[in-house]
Amino acid sequence: MYNFTFHRPTTVRQAAGLLARNPDGKLLAGGHSLLPVMKQRLAQPSALVDLSLVEGMTGVELKGRSVVIGAMTRHADVAKSDVLKEVMPGLAAVPGSVGDPQVRNRGTIGGSIANNDPNADYPAACLGLGATIITNKRRIAADDFFQGMYTTALEDGEIIVKVSFPIAKKAAYEKFKHPASGFALVGVFVSKRGSDIRVAVTGAGSEGVFRVPTFEEALKKRFTAKSIEGMTIPATGMNSDIHASPEYRAHLVSVLTKRALNKANA
Amino acid sequence: MATVSMTVNGKAVTGDVEPRTLLVQFLRENLRLTGTHVGCDTSQCGACVIHLDGIAAKACTTLALQCEGASITTIEGLAEPDGKLHPMQEAFREHHGLQCGYCTPGMIMSALDIVRRNGNNLDEHTIRDQLDGNICRCTGYHNIVKAIEAGAKAMAK
Ligand SMILES: Cc1cc2nc3c(=O)[nH]c(=O)nc-3n(C[C@H](O)[C@H](O)[C@H](O)COP(=O)(O)OP(=O)(O)OC[C@H]3O[C@@H](n4cnc5c(N)ncnc54)[C@H](O)[C@@H]3O)c2cc1C
Ligand code: FES
Ligand code: FES
Repeated sequence: MYNFTFHRPTTVRQAAGLLARNPDGKLLAGGHSLLPVMKQRLAQPSALVDLSLVEGMTGVELKGRSVVIGAMTRHADVAKSDVLKEVMPGLAAVPGSVGDPQVRNRGTIGGSIANNDPNADYPAACLGLGATIITNKRRIAADDFFQGMYTTALEDGEIIVKVSFPIAKKAAYEKFKHPASGFALVGVFVSKRGSDIRVAVTGAGSEGVFRVPTFEEALKKRFTAKSIEGMTIPATGMNSDIHASPEYRAHLVSVLTKRALNKANA
Repeated sequence: MATVSMTVNGKAVTGDVEPRTLLVQFLRENLRLTGTHVGCDTSQCGACVIHLDGIAAKACTTLALQCEGASITTIEGLAEPDGKLHPMQEAFREHHGLQCGYCTPGMIMSALDIVRRNGNNLDEHTIRDQLDGNICRCTGYHNIVKAIEAGAKAMAK
């Protein structure tokens, strides 16, 4: 790991100020994506701005018809939140499926979303529920936020403060875990909120998380696995690596979407 | 260089570190607490698991400076001062939950976190599922699972 200077602000304002003064600096949340990448010397920030002492960035709260989660809330704390398990167990299951217990004890929702790993779980939940990402500068719709592998709408110095998820009556996540890494080989989040139907896929696409409009359209009539029986998505644009071919990933998208629909309707 | 202060196994400690010093390096090299191991250094094997403010964390994926003011427990902090083993350590001894012993400190620290989150009555499925982040290169999982089940029960006594 290359060296850097280390800062521990206590307010979002201070954190933003530190980033402004250190243009090659980076925010540090749980460190479970950033530190491994720094060890490999694939990133060399000149400064790390640790968010762990910043006030008001943790917790899961019910706000009207939404659930609002602070950016620094650890995966384990979201997974065990009673409020969330009550109103939207399908979302609570997402951080519960991340990595292993120690990773869930440290990793945060803000870090996961900002990182936008093409195999990460939270991006599917954000896009699959039409979440709003709230930063120190603005509110960004999930549909505009995720812009391809490891790329987001975040500008330099912008800090995710919280994420707001509209409560969907039906919502579920189905993940095909890579047996070694625990990341999603493919993961599908489905939801139905009134007439808003969403199917979001992580792990499969070479441009990161994406929606499946053909499935969404077919589900408008009835939100059941039967409605998409026999439907497939093309293998073009799917990831190809030693773990799975594009065809296999495309196949998994259909299978997992049906499983997620069954779960959401259970 | 920066100065870091924390509590390790109940004792206040202070040391000079570089910002990039990992917690596991600080524990092993500055404090000479070599019970916390490095198996992979890529956040996967769990040999480096310690408790950070009571919660299991991988010390190879945590900076020492992130622990300023925190309370850390390592494998060395479990036994009683007179050397009497913690019930979970005793269960690993009793059930032969170790072969070479390299993964054992991390296994035991993770086992205690499983008990913290799931209570003292653990079934085999829960234990295996929750050991996701710990790898035993000797593959002695069967006895590790047995040891954790017994250790969890013994802790309730
Ligand atoms: C062994 C292992 C297994 C894993 N398995 C999975 C898995 O199955 N599924 C999965 O989804 N993830 C998995 N992860 C990744 C894990 O969930 C990470 O914790 C997460 O992706 C990043 O969160 P973090 O809090 O650790 O962020 P960090 O590593 O601290 O930061 C990640 C990036 O986000 C930026 N950032 C952090 N917080 C903010 C903020 N508030 N605003 C703006 N930018 C910010 C940082 O600058 C950095 O660029 C795994 C990780 C490990 C080590
Ligand atoms: S050494 Fe930390 S997880 Fe392997
Ligand atoms: S006992 Fe040898 S690695 Fe587990």
